[in-house]
Amino acid sequence: MSTDMTSVPATAPLAAAREVTPAPTSPSPRGGAGWARRVAVWLTCGVFAVIFVYPLVWLVSASLKPRQDVFNNKLIPDPFAFGNYAKVLEELPFLQWTLNSVVVGMAAAIAVTLSSALVAFGFAYFQFRGKNALFALVLGSMMLPSAATLIPTYLIWNYLGLASTQVPLWAGNLFGSAFYIFLLRQFFRGLPREIFDAARVDGSGFFGLFWRIALPMSKPALAITFILEFQASWVDLLKPLVYLRDESLFTLPRGLKSVLDQFGQGGQREWEVVMAANVLVVLPMFLLFAVAGKYIMQGISVSGSKE
Amino acid sequence: MRPETRAAYGFLSPWVIGFLGLTLGPVIATFVMSFSDYDVLSSTQWVGAENYRDALDDPHAHAALKNTFFYTALYVPLSIGIALGLALLLQSAGRLKGVFRTVIYLPVVTPPVATGVLFLQLLNGQTGLINNVLGTFALPTPNWTTDPMWIKPGIVIMSLWSVGSVTLILFAALAEVPAHLREAALVDGAGAWRRFYHITLPMISPAIFFSVVVNTIASLQLFSEVYTMYFGATTTPPPEEALFYVVYLFEQAFRDFEMGYAAALSWLLFLIIMAITAVQLVVSRRLVHYRSD
Repeated sequence: MSTDMTSVPATAPLAAAREVTPAPTSPSPRGGAGWARRVAVWLTCGVFAVIFVYPLVWLVSASLKPRQDVFNNKLIPDPFAFGNYAKVLEELPFLQWTLNSVVVGMAAAIAVTLSSALVAFGFAYFQFRGKNALFALVLGSMMLPSAATLIPTYLIWNYLGLASTQVPLWAGNLFGSAFYIFLLRQFFRGLPREIFDAARVDGSGFFGLFWRIALPMSKPALAITFILEFQASWVDLLKPLVYLRDESLFTLPRGLKSVLDQFGQGGQREWEVVMAANVLVVLPMFLLFAVAGKYIMQGISVSGSKE
Repeated sequence: MRPETRAAYGFLSPWVIGFLGLTLGPVIATFVMSFSDYDVLSSTQWVGAENYRDALDDPHAHAALKNTFFYTALYVPLSIGIALGLALLLQSAGRLKGVFRTVIYLPVVTPPVATGVLFLQLLNGQTGLINNVLGTFALPTPNWTTDPMWIKPGIVIMSLWSVGSVTLILFAALAEVPAHLREAALVDGAGAWRRFYHITLPMISPAIFFSVVVNTIASLQLFSEVYTMYFGATTTPPPEEALFYVVYLFEQAFRDFEMGYAAALSWLLFLIIMAITAVQLVVSRRLVHYRSD
């Protein structure tokens, strides 16, 4: 449905889903000037790299320091306080929260991938009257601020008796999501028509075309969809704040917020615990990025240049 | 009905049902609710336009709107400018391209709530790393998290840390600028700046425009980082400068259960976003160059 207001990362790009080709650039260095330029570029890259990475290094370092040293801004903790992590795992239901995040993220990602693929195939394969207008509506719905639907959506789940469960965190995904519909439609349109025609001749039904031909041929696009949505679900704070009351149902972002309130500025000022908890929330996303960064960056890179 | 058409409707039905039930229906319901007094527990009172009149008189709503506009006006141009610079840098990074791209993108992968917790410390006036660095260069070291004048700039700094997604979008657009155009200009003797201004910039203007629109919409709805840093169960009352529109809306709806009033606030935000996007679209007609292929 509407885009997720909490994902500031420029949210999901609107337009095309063409894969990004590497830039045919870097003019060949011409003598000494080219050399100097290259060094300048590398130095600038280095400075920015430090700006982007050092906060995370600081975080990991702070999470390993004893309480009185957390804010000393030294790179290497002295002594190392691995106990901070033990405390997080002992005093907080952190493993439960991680499990909740995994379950909700999987449900959200599977639901949105299958439903969006279904709808995208409808748009890609069939010709019918009003198709373009309807697809324009899909694209238009992407611009809708989720704040405009937040309250009635809550009341719907409340009416269904599910307002304090994890169901609202993923069940909306069963109806497809505009950006992924767009992305998958682009992919399906690139599949050769003859394969589908041949399958029709062999007696395949329309669902068979989708399930046995289109889906197996679209694994990269499905992977992008799945991973982007898993990530979006993992980092979401707003929906868990709205819906989850019971601490045992918390996802990691909601859990981290309550750790901050309990151990940080709201309470005992045990910042080393907060920092260790923070690392444990960030780490799974970095692992995902290490494994599937290619897909994540491809999904984001789809540029906004084609209407 | 042809079997194809029937099948097509079948495939589209999840989205149509969801659109009606979870998008269009709720948007209309938000509008209807905005004329009511509703707290979930007791029954609905119809109050006419009172919620809208209240919003016009509500100093918190004013502050929230002002903060949100200030932030958006500061963050969007800065983020686009920095992202463009980084994208150009990335393009000429040669062998370092892969590593540098990953590095720029790491903050985007960091969950917003984690970014909020982290920057609450980095921005701290006394012990924070940012002032530590600024102090080393004898630059001013404001109290980013407590001084009313510096709270919003501090939030902008935090948001700029995650500029990697815009960078990647612009980088992808740069990669699609046909090399032959630049080479032709080079042959014609155009300097680097002219090549950028007359060829590269028009070619990537759709991507820039897209980023402006999407970033504006996202900025007007900034929530997670700010809520994490300043709201929730804190011992100190949240500073008024950190009250952003969606944060206020959230607190009205889900802390105070003033659902009718919050619905009016939602609907106002919806109108504001539509209006701003419409203005951006009109302005873009003159500035954005779409390729005809």
